[in-house]
Parts: sequence; structure tokens; C-alpha cells
Amino acid sequence: MNLQNLKAVFLITVMSIFLAACSSTSTEDSAGDSAYGDGSAVGTGTAGDGSAYGEDLGAGGVDTVFYFEFDKAILRPEARAALDIHAQRLRGTSRQVRLEGHADERGTREYNMALGERRANAVKEYLVIQGVSSDNLEVISYGEERPAQLGSDEQSWSMNRRVEMK
Amino acid sequence: MFLSLTVLSARAELTIEITHGVDNPTVIAVSPIESGQRILPEDISQIVSADLERSGLFQAIDRSNMLSFPRTSGEVYYRDWRVLGAQYLVYGNAERQQDGRIKVTFGLNEILGEKAVLSQVVYGTDGNIRDIAHYISDKVYEAITGIRGAFSTRIAYVTATPGRNNQLVYRLMVADADGARERMMLESREPLMSPTWSPDGKELAYVSFETGRPAVFRQRLNDATREQLTNFKGLNGAPAWSPDGRKMALVLSKDGNPEIYVLDMATRQFTRITNHFAIDTEPNWTPDGKALIFTSDRGGSPQIYKMVLATGAMERVTFRGSYNARPRLAPDGRTLVLVHRDGGQFHIASQDLISGDFRILTSTFLDESPTVAPNGAMLLYATKRGSKNLLAAVSIDAGVKFLLPSREGDVREPAWSPFLN
Repeated sequence: MNLQNLKAVFLITVMSIFLAACSSTSTEDSAGDSAYGDGSAVGTGTAGDGSAYGEDLGAGGVDTVFYFEFDKAILRPEARAALDIHAQRLRGTSRQVRLEGHADERGTREYNMALGERRANAVKEYLVIQGVSSDNLEVISYGEERPAQLGSDEQSWSMNRRVEMK
Repeated sequence: MFLSLTVLSARAELTIEITHGVDNPTVIAVSPIESGQRILPEDISQIVSADLERSGLFQAIDRSNMLSFPRTSGEVYYRDWRVLGAQYLVYGNAERQQDGRIKVTFGLNEILGEKAVLSQVVYGTDGNIRDIAHYISDKVYEAITGIRGAFSTRIAYVTATPGRNNQLVYRLMVADADGARERMMLESREPLMSPTWSPDGKELAYVSFETGRPAVFRQRLNDATREQLTNFKGLNGAPAWSPDGRKMALVLSKDGNPEIYVLDMATRQFTRITNHFAIDTEPNWTPDGKALIFTSDRGGSPQIYKMVLATGAMERVTFRGSYNARPRLAPDGRTLVLVHRDGGQFHIASQDLISGDFRILTSTFLDESPTVAPNGAMLLYATKRGSKNLLAAVSIDAGVKFLLPSREGDVREPAWSPFLN
């Protein structure tokens, strides 16, 4: 990583935006789903078991979202069962998987960032133990910033404490 | 004779609802500060009255009840104010000078003692009437309470508003401490988090997900130029400038789990501070810059710890309850404010680091992100009312409480600036 280059790129970007729009800045150009979008990062799965396990991780109705208890990052038995199937399908392929960790809105935002990462890492470690290459697994935490359900009740909170496989 | 108030706060997103003031507020009157002609685009006296009332320590007398409008100490007829129960009177005179600048001569008199307490001159332009008003508020507040006023400071915060396709749009905003003159610093369709001020008040640091991952940025307020400071795998978060501005504490999980690092702003070297398999996050500097106070769950639940940087000596600070996080030290270096879970409810609490006194300050719902005013008198925090996140404030002794609801969208993560003048 080269900070000086980054700095230059940002200064140029910002200056051009600045010229166009007073003293605020927009990340619109670089926002969106950027590098982790659909097709481009998806492997072809050549070395695998031959099954058509491409883009759709949820093929065959296998869970791709796993839920957790408050302030915990322990996988539930049903999550392990689903991850066993994922591991079997992913082993030996080059399919890139993004593991997005989330927390419910209770507690502080940066602590929840750490908690979301801990949950995503729990999924990653389970998959790695099952033989999936860690190089193909990327962990990103969104903390409480991207709730699946709005609402300040036990039901919404339980749906938001999750890891999403993408 | 009086100015139109349409300009006042017309663009402000935040409004103020005082929910609890002190039991016996000081009664103060702010006589209209004008020249007799309409020369000012905003009403200074109204802004001063609102400032003082927002502190919770004052009750302002309504202008329509005033019997006279003195502009100098010589014009003060004390009986007019005694009958209204006023303890103090603010008055002033505004003149437009040859060069177009505005000169405001203002004073503060004590009604019972019939004496002038304060007399000063301040200059400004049509473009910064609110600065003149907040300056007057600062001086009046300090003359009466003995505490430096913080009305001329600003606040930063993050808003989240549903945009196209109901996708949230995140905005980093800066406004005056009263919510007026709101200005957008950054807009993104990816989350923005954890804004924090540089000690000189000229920059903000924050976390942006615009690259698809979290990264720490710094951005100047005057020209919006910005720079990405971190780009590591994993967490890049919780920035906190050191009191001298030369370093920044932050959280990185590049080595496997969240650890606190200190970034030297000149050499761009990162020094790892913590080394534990637990979560270490939310660092905050002590005012002397010698120690960090942070959240860690190394004891099994999130608690506050303190580490002296020179020696690495570590000490657990909080022991009450099973959730204490996001510490912020008041400017006295002694009063710690934090997020505390009490019987399943999250509130803002304070802990005296010397006496150990622990006190829950708020009683709203899902309270988080406390930030202390630079004069230590008040703190802002984020709370939830219904389905909306909004800002609220409480005095450090919990005597004064108010809400700052916004017109639309969620408001979260307030950060109070340092003194700016």
C-alpha cells in the first residue's frame, strides 16, 4: 500500500468534486457495490466436485445467513449443518466468498463492529477447518450499520445478529 | 421595529426541546440588540436568549413582557426589570460602520445590586451575526456561572436518510452547537461512522465504507480536502486524535482481532498498543496525552480499561454491571462518561475516576455515543425515540436534559468540537 499515491488520488478526486460542488464531498463515484459486485469475482469452480456451484450460494435451499445470541459469536447447530454443505461445495474451488458480519443496534457502534467481525470470523474458521481455502474467504463487518430489519424489539434484534455469506 | 425571524434557523435540521431544566433557573432578560433601525439580518437577542435557555440554567423573559428596551447601561431603569423578576439584564447597541462591519457594544447588569457586571465590544459582518450572538452568550454565561461558555462551538454528526430504492444515504454533517448553520461534509451510499474532531477544530476524522471496506479518513472543514489514512484488511475504526494533534489512536484487526494502534501523523508509522485475543476498541486519550482509555471484553464482558503508554501498565476502570463501553473523558480528566447497561437498558453514565462515584445520567432509550462539551458542562449523546435515532443532551450533573429531534431521517454519533476561538 502506498499512502502517498492514495493521498494524491484522493486529493485529485476531491478537488474536482470540490470545484463542482461547494465544500462538501460525495463518494457517489466510488460507492455502490464496487469491487465485490456480482460476476467478476466469482470463480468457475473447475477443480471441485463438478457440481454447478457458481454464483448461487443458496442453491438447493441451503442457508446463507447465520444467526447469533446477544454479544456472542458461537455458531448454532443449524448453522454448522449448513456450513458443512457449503464447505463441501467450496472445497477446492476458487469461488470468492464474502462473509459480512452484523450486530443488533444495542450497545456501542465500534464495539458492534468488532462483534460483527468476530461472528464473521467464527464462520470463516469453521469453513477453513472444513478445508475451504482462507484465501477465498473475505471477512467484512458492518456492525449495526446495516440492519436486516428495522425495529427495536427482540424479534428484529435476533434477525440482525447475523453473518451473511455472499 | 423588530427583525423578521424568518431567517433564523430556517435551514436548521435540528430543533431543540428542553425536557428538564434546573429547579430554580436564573431569570435573565435580553433586551433587543439593535440600532433602532433594521440593520441586522438576524435577531441577536433571540439567539442569545435561546443559547442561555438551552444551558438549562437560565429562564429568559419574553420580549413582549418587557417594559423598556435599554441599549446602554445608562438607559437601564431597574424597576422595569425588578417587577418582571429578572436577576440579570443583557443589553446592547449595534452600529454599522463606514467599512460595512457591524460593531456591537453589549453589557450585563445585575438587577438587585443595580450594577454593571460586564461591558464589551464585538465586531462582525452580516454573514456572521450568529457568531456575534454566540460570543455574547459565552461572555454572559461565564460572567454569571464562572464557567467558560461553549455556545460558539460546533457539533459533527452522521445522518442516515432513505434515498432512491429506500437505500440509506449517509451524510457527515457539521452544525453550530445549537443545530443552526448545518453543513454537509460528505455524502455516501455506504456507511459513515465515528466522526471525531482534531484538537485544533479544523479537521474531522471518521470511518467510511466507500471502498467496500471500512477505512479511516481525515477531512479539512474549510475546503473539504480529505485523505485516506488506513487501508488494512479487517476493521479500520474508532479514530481519536491525541490532544497535541500529532498522533491518532485507532483500531485495526489486520493481525486477526481488534487491537488498538497509534498512528504517528508525521511519519505514518503504526505502533501496536494492545495485544490480546479479546476485543480492544474505542480508544480515547487522557487530556495529558499520556494514557489511553478504551473498551475491552478481555474480562468476559465489555469494560473500560486504562493503559499508560510509556509503561504499558494496564488497569481496569469499571466494575459495575456487565456492559460498560465507549468511554470519553471530560476536559477535567477526571469525569469519565460511558455507555452502561442497567437492567437491560442502555444509558449514559458518569464515573469519577478519583472518588469512584458512579451515576446514570440519562433515562431515554438505547442511549449511546456520549460526547462532552469542551467546557465540561454538558454532554450530547444519541438516543432512540420510536423508530428514529436522534440527538439528546444532558448536563454533567444530570439536572438539565433536552432533545434535538431532526426533521427527517436518523441522526447519530454526535461529536462536540473543541473550543474554536
